Amino acid sequence: MNMTPDFSRAEHSISVEQISRPSLSYWQDAWIRLKKSTRALISLYIVIALGLFTLIGPLIWQVDPALQDLNQISQPPSFARSAILVGPFEREETLIDPNHPEEPAEYPDVIPAPQGLRVVGDATTQHIRIAWEPVDGAGGYAIYRNTHEPEGLNDLGLPLGNTMTGNEISYDDRLSLNQQDYYYSIVSTDGFDESDAYTTLKVSPAAAITKTEAIQRGLLEPDSDAAFGDEVQLEFHPLGTDYLGRDMLARLMEGARVSLFIGICAPFLYVLFGILYGGFAGYFGGGVDSTLMRFADFVVALPFLLFMILFKIAFGIGPGESGIMPMLIAMVLLSWPGTARLVRGQVLQIRNNGYIEAARLLGAKDHYLIIRHILPNTMGVILVTLTFAVPAAIFTEAFLSFIGMGVAPPTPSWGSMCNEGVKTMLSHPHELIFPAAFISITVLAFNLLGDGLTEALDSRMRSRE
Amino acid sequence: MLAYTLKRLLAGIITVWFIATATFIAMHNVPGDPLMNDKAVTAEIRKNLERKYGLDKPVTEQYFIFMKNMLSGDFGISFTQQNRQVNDIIRDHFPVSATLGVLAIIFAAAGGILWGALTAIYRNRLPDIIIMFLVILGISVPGFVFAALGQLLLVNINSLVGYSMIPVAGWGTFMHMIMPALVLGLGTMALLTRLMRSSMLEVVNEDYIKTAKAKGLSPTRIFFRHQLRNAILPVITVLGPQIAAITTGGFVVELVFAIPGLGRYFVQAVQQLDYTVIMGTTVFYGAFLVLMVIIVDILYGFVDPRVRLQ
Repeated sequence: MNMTPDFSRAEHSISVEQISRPSLSYWQDAWIRLKKSTRALISLYIVIALGLFTLIGPLIWQVDPALQDLNQISQPPSFARSAILVGPFEREETLIDPNHPEEPAEYPDVIPAPQGLRVVGDATTQHIRIAWEPVDGAGGYAIYRNTHEPEGLNDLGLPLGNTMTGNEISYDDRLSLNQQDYYYSIVSTDGFDESDAYTTLKVSPAAAITKTEAIQRGLLEPDSDAAFGDEVQLEFHPLGTDYLGRDMLARLMEGARVSLFIGICAPFLYVLFGILYGGFAGYFGGGVDSTLMRFADFVVALPFLLFMILFKIAFGIGPGESGIMPMLIAMVLLSWPGTARLVRGQVLQIRNNGYIEAARLLGAKDHYLIIRHILPNTMGVILVTLTFAVPAAIFTEAFLSFIGMGVAPPTPSWGSMCNEGVKTMLSHPHELIFPAAFISITVLAFNLLGDGLTEALDSRMRSRE
Repeated sequence: MLAYTLKRLLAGIITVWFIATATFIAMHNVPGDPLMNDKAVTAEIRKNLERKYGLDKPVTEQYFIFMKNMLSGDFGISFTQQNRQVNDIIRDHFPVSATLGVLAIIFAAAGGILWGALTAIYRNRLPDIIIMFLVILGISVPGFVFAALGQLLLVNINSLVGYSMIPVAGWGTFMHMIMPALVLGLGTMALLTRLMRSSMLEVVNEDYIKTAKAKGLSPTRIFFRHQLRNAILPVITVLGPQIAAITTGGFVVELVFAIPGLGRYFVQAVQQLDYTVIMGTTVFYGAFLVLMVIIVDILYGFVDPRVRLQ
């Protein structure tokens, strides 16, 4: 009898034990955690964007940050890029109404405000002519100009001038006109005193430039055949200009180099020094440790800002130097003990762990232990420290430059730009707002990134979940 | 406790010596000297001047003279301000800085504890989100921007009221002090709020809070007696270093608000290389800060009995 077995050995089609998730390294795990936090991720993108702004920005925006243009001082941010070419100003006769007397026979008690206020011809930044209807009983008119709608008789703005007779009914304004809205107010006078009524006209002049000026500023070739009425490309200052007419965007990029250089290099250097110092102290312990740490305690006790200033001047700035290096050295000299303490504490803690003991028993040498086991385990804490040290360093630089003890002009830094901007804060707020915003955004981004990293790297946080 | 205090004081004295030495070394490495500012001094006059101020002696001897004078509390005469003792400058201008600093610290601590407690109560709800947003703003915006904005605010308030209710700059009355103190304390307040919040949230999970709840204490009593009291402790620890940050951080506020404090004189002295004033001010500030940290640490022992036992 041919017996075929009615059963056969079952094949393992499913592996019973399978690792359902791939094994993750410490850094992969941290990256996944960091990605979960939207805030940390956004700040990481901001940090990257700032890096691009600093490194690639000057390649795209090739404007010399030191180029002064005294014709364009403290221009607000604008997108106007072209201007109409006009001829040199030619004086036109003032409009006179022949049917109106120069002086009224008798001045009434109340002189009404002129009516029919209008612009004659083209309103350009070279010349605005306004005209109005004559008023019975007026012996002249006073013309005012303001940059906002007048709120009352005391708010008419800049007194431009007066016409001396009642039949002069136009006025030519050529007083440093910018491309913005102007409110002209006309008040009738009796030759001396002004009446209490006014009429206002809003005028928005078009950007215009004379041919001579365009050639002077290098916007046109000297032998250009451009005709009046043509459009000329102006220098473009998207973020405006500063008090010497330098382009704000270019200066912010140049300043970012200085601020971020100090903000990133100084922490990097002193954290590196702190790691070496603290690691040395922590690893060897005993007398070496207590001596080294006692010295670190002294350095911590130095009043930071006072010594920043002292050291910075002690290293000296020669003529024409920017003073970035002295500031960097001073910052490194004063800031390392924080990291040193931290790393020492970490090393002391790690040194007593079982795996170090095990490695030692297996015959690992000191340098192998340090490089393979101790350093990687302190990297998380060090990275967090570094992230928080960057905003602190940027703040210090800004602070010192603001009180005039930092980067020497003409080198721009965000702090020194704030220092210049704060002086004209009321009239040209953009000169303060932009650098201050850059400092704030950078500091904010690094702080939030630091928070995110702490959460992603802190082992205590994991066990809490 | 007494032994601890004495030990701390001794360490403090050594620290002050270290600060003085570091200042001396830094000062003597500064290029140029205070006599250089004078117009074309002949060699003979220069020699006489050097002799008068002791600058002709070797550096080590100058150092010992400086140390000896410092021990007797004499910081010498200012180089640039005729016949003015450094002690007088400190005596005249430090009280101004100190008043400003104390006001700022009070404002920062009170605000930090209050806001921090509030955010912990309203955790993840609207008040918490709003306050924490402001805190992040307070940490990220540089102090001089706040100072400028503060002045702007005062200008607007005054023009709204119609007369100069709160002066925009200067020093003298309490009204002068309000805005500078607010501005100076703002950054510290933001830090303390953050610290207070995390400390409050940590305390909530402690066993003694559970015990208090279990034995039926009223929520208000648990909040004030158990949670708040314990949560304040870490805030007190950072108060020492923060006092340091506020007193030396006063430069900007003093500059912007035109306050005749010591910080402004220090900056001026540095610009004029006024050796004696720089050294006097730095050592004085350093000693003051070391003392503040020691006082806060000792106070901490009184507030937290656990520290005393150790």
